[in-house]
Amino acid sequence: MSPPQRIAVPDRTRFLERHEHRLLRVAALVGLVVLWEIVTRAGWVRPLFLPAPSAVLEELVDMARSGPLWTHLWASVRRLLWGFGAGATAGVSVGVAIGFFSRAEAVGQPLIAATFPIPKIALLSLLILWLGIGEASKVTVIALGVFFPMAINTYAGVRQADPLLIRAAVAFGAKRWSVIRKVILPSALPMIFAGLKLGAGTALLLLVAAEMIGAESGIGFLVLQSGNLNETTRLMVGLVVLSALGVLSSWSLNRLERLAIPWQNT
Amino acid sequence: MRVIVDRLSKSYRDRSGQNLVALNGIGLTVEPEEFVAILGPSGCGKSTLLNIIAGLLPASSGEVAFEGERRPGQPLTATVFQEFALFPWRTAEANVAFGLEELDIPAAERRARVHRFIAMTGLEGFEGKYPHQLSGGMRQRVGIARALCVEPAVLLMDEPFSALDAQTRTIMMDELLGIWERTRTGIVYVTHNIQEAVYMADRVVVLSRRPGRVLDVVPVELKRPRVDSQLGEPDFLQAVDRIWGLIKSQAKAALLEGRP
Repeated sequence: MSPPQRIAVPDRTRFLERHEHRLLRVAALVGLVVLWEIVTRAGWVRPLFLPAPSAVLEELVDMARSGPLWTHLWASVRRLLWGFGAGATAGVSVGVAIGFFSRAEAVGQPLIAATFPIPKIALLSLLILWLGIGEASKVTVIALGVFFPMAINTYAGVRQADPLLIRAAVAFGAKRWSVIRKVILPSALPMIFAGLKLGAGTALLLLVAAEMIGAESGIGFLVLQSGNLNETTRLMVGLVVLSALGVLSSWSLNRLERLAIPWQNT
Repeated sequence: MRVIVDRLSKSYRDRSGQNLVALNGIGLTVEPEEFVAILGPSGCGKSTLLNIIAGLLPASSGEVAFEGERRPGQPLTATVFQEFALFPWRTAEANVAFGLEELDIPAAERRARVHRFIAMTGLEGFEGKYPHQLSGGMRQRVGIARALCVEPAVLLMDEPFSALDAQTRTIMMDELLGIWERTRTGIVYVTHNIQEAVYMADRVVVLSRRPGRVLDVVPVELKRPRVDSQLGEPDFLQAVDRIWGLIKSQAKAALLEGRP
């Protein structure tokens, strides 16, 4: 017989641990820019195809100083805000209505199911025909793009509201509007925010598409025009601004979400 | 106020379209300031009965009525739920205030009343916490404060402590009795625990398994205020024995039935 052994129990979950790797996160971003600078400086790629990041930054500062950057940015942001605001408001209202009232559901659900699959870019020509080439058609196409994810997500959020909480509210005397305001809407908030984030991406996509068809201002216009004129550096400025818009909108939506849903993740 | 449940029946249609009788000709009366426990094996429809009394479920036949003097604006019932049913987006304080908001009580009086019941249920210092930051026992204190705060004619409690651990449950039972001694709100208390029913109640209404009907009403002759030491008294043990005798075969049958 072998002598009795003493075996210390090892932690077998070590390989499952996840770390933040903060430094790596920054390094990845900085590394990409540095690599890009090296590739262009070494002359491996012609500046016409890929201008150096330093050149893009220089152009950006230049455009900011002389003004055109702000003109384009403001035109785009205005369209985004109007379209996003209108689409989100309409989407939440319709979503609550079809989620709560069975008659509204009977009317609204098939209509949404039939119109939702149409890519909103395809509607742009029709909207220009109806509303003209001006701001209205651009804002409307963005609003439509935001409306659908908002309506569908809000509807799902409303349907997921805990029946026990609704019953509790009724037990304490809540009527229809109280139930909607005090139980249904707060229950649906996480889904509404998921819809807002989805909608923000769609809005940016449709903004650029709309600005590429018949516009004299806006970041989408800047990108298209610069491409046509082989001004790659200006084009890249447009892309950088679009990226910043996307990052900024998702960051602010995340902040807003944490403020609006304080009972989660605390 | 007095609650009168008169020849009350409730039947459902289940998924296969069969008619299921949940409650069959229930008759009982809860006197003002009385503490009545409704006890039965699982699946006897005791929660259904409570929901019908609360007006949260329609009866198939028979009726529930309230008799006596009602203060203006006083709700007939308020419910304490088994799973607490607190609003996760409201702090403890705002949860307690919910019923008062729906009653359109002015803000100043609302604050005063909320504070009074927060103090009574031992929630001071936890007013600003969200439900998920509270332990089970504290959550149900919020549930009790929310219900008492509207000063209902009758307080309905649906297995209020069955989601709590045994020690917390014992503490909460004594606290509830203490609160009841002070407020003297009539209570209908649903439970499946015989000891709990006998310890708390003036009378225990014993229901049969489905279709639920009243097997017997057992009066509890223990003096109040109730204390732990009474758990060993002959009166207590006799009442427990008598009730267990009534439902033993029923509970066994429910067990073999394989569904709640």
